[in-house]
Amino acid sequence: MNAPVLPAPVTPSLAGGFAHPAHDAARAFRAAMQALARPGRIQQITGAMPPAPLSVAAGTLALVLMDQTTPVWLAPSHDSAALRAWLTFHTAAPFTTAEAAHFVIGSWEALTPVSRFATGTPDYPDRAATLIVEMPTLAASGTRLTGPGIQDSARLSLPENAAFQANHALYPLGFDTFLTAGDQIAGLPRSTRLEDI
Amino acid sequence: MTTASMPVEAESYNFAYLDEQTKRMLRRAILKALAVPGYQVPFASREMPMPYGWGTGGVQVSAACLVPEDRLKVIDQGADDTTNAVSIRKFFQRTAGVAVTEATTEASLIQTRHRIPETPLTEDQILVYQVPIPEPLRFLEPRETETRRMHALEEYGLMHVKLYEDIARHGEITNSYAWPVMAHDRYVMTPSPIPKFDNPKLSDSPAVQLFGAGREARIHALPPYTKVVSLDFEDHPFVASKADHECEICGSRESYLDEVITDDQGGRMFVCSDTDFCGSRSAALETERS
Ligand SMILES: [Zn+2]
Repeated sequence: MNAPVLPAPVTPSLAGGFAHPAHDAARAFRAAMQALARPGRIQQITGAMPPAPLSVAAGTLALVLMDQTTPVWLAPSHDSAALRAWLTFHTAAPFTTAEAAHFVIGSWEALTPVSRFATGTPDYPDRAATLIVEMPTLAASGTRLTGPGIQDSARLSLPENAAFQANHALYPLGFDTFLTAGDQIAGLPRSTRLEDI
Repeated sequence: MTTASMPVEAESYNFAYLDEQTKRMLRRAILKALAVPGYQVPFASREMPMPYGWGTGGVQVSAACLVPEDRLKVIDQGADDTTNAVSIRKFFQRTAGVAVTEATTEASLIQTRHRIPETPLTEDQILVYQVPIPEPLRFLEPRETETRRMHALEEYGLMHVKLYEDIARHGEITNSYAWPVMAHDRYVMTPSPIPKFDNPKLSDSPAVQLFGAGREARIHALPPYTKVVSLDFEDHPFVASKADHECEICGSRESYLDEVITDDQGGRMFVCSDTDFCGSRSAALETERS
């Protein structure tokens, strides 16, 4: 991507929040909900303009879901002072370890091994992490998906299959995943079964 | 928290009544509920400007989902014009500025108490149920820690025994509500007090289905195209029963009927419970005749 040359804003790390917080968050949530409810269906999600390397989709999702009650972990690919400042200003989410995080953000390589993330408890399977995996691109091709939210089957370009298959094997425990690229988002809940092509 | 100087913010900040922090919490709960179909996610229920029993759980879920572009329909036992339905519709017209409708086909979000519309739902729709008692095992076990453990261990044997005893003792109860279902072969869940007749519509629906219980502060969900099976027994298979009549207004033999008293001489008639379905059908028949 070519970054356009712009004059430096006064507070570069703090710009890029929602212009109309309630409406932007509502629309973005609907996109995220449809993404997770319909695995393999790629949705558009916009509203936030986070600092690089965070995508518009991941930044928007962060503003929709994160606050002071949701500890977050930034994988090395995304752990920059600028991004920390931006997330702190816009969400107030505290930073924590990979194991304790409610939300984790990073490239697939930087998030691996994903088996360290919270998968909930038998009594409270909802107490599981949500992964926001930044991808170069998203496409409705590749791994075959079946399960809730999918009529017959769907396909989604995933960074790998084995880790998600292992996560699905924990069902009803397991983490849930959003994949983001640019202003696009796709969901992969723990309930989705993956088949190699 | 962002760009607080913008004038538009003051107007939209409490979009759909609830503050942003509360909606974030509800939205996180809805996503986890969709990730584990039938599992009840706890949330921090808020005081709403209406009493419990008036759908405060459904109202909170709807508030977390609504966008300004939505067209909202609210039904109470199939009817759009009851006090409860009218007041919830007006509440969101006022607080979210959304358009409203009584036509199932025109609605993008439908909040319901005790019915699933007769008209098949589509992928472009969200159905939000008001739920009084979210725990299907509560009649067996009053302790929350115990019911959680039973769900965790899939310990549903006692529930089957109790349901079987009820059927054996009372026979098939045609007008039974909140008949429990198995969601995605894992969690027993309540469909809320819809008639058994509506249970088959829960399964493989193209729409997103969300269930909100206000007093007990639980959200559960069914993603689209999720397998939902009504509990039954080999010698007592599940039957989606309805009154064996046709609607005396529109003549439908397929829709769920209410028996209504028509006068003080004990006169009765069977009419569709879904008033939009009945009205649309009657209007179509009218057009055909003229
Ligand atoms: Zn009728």
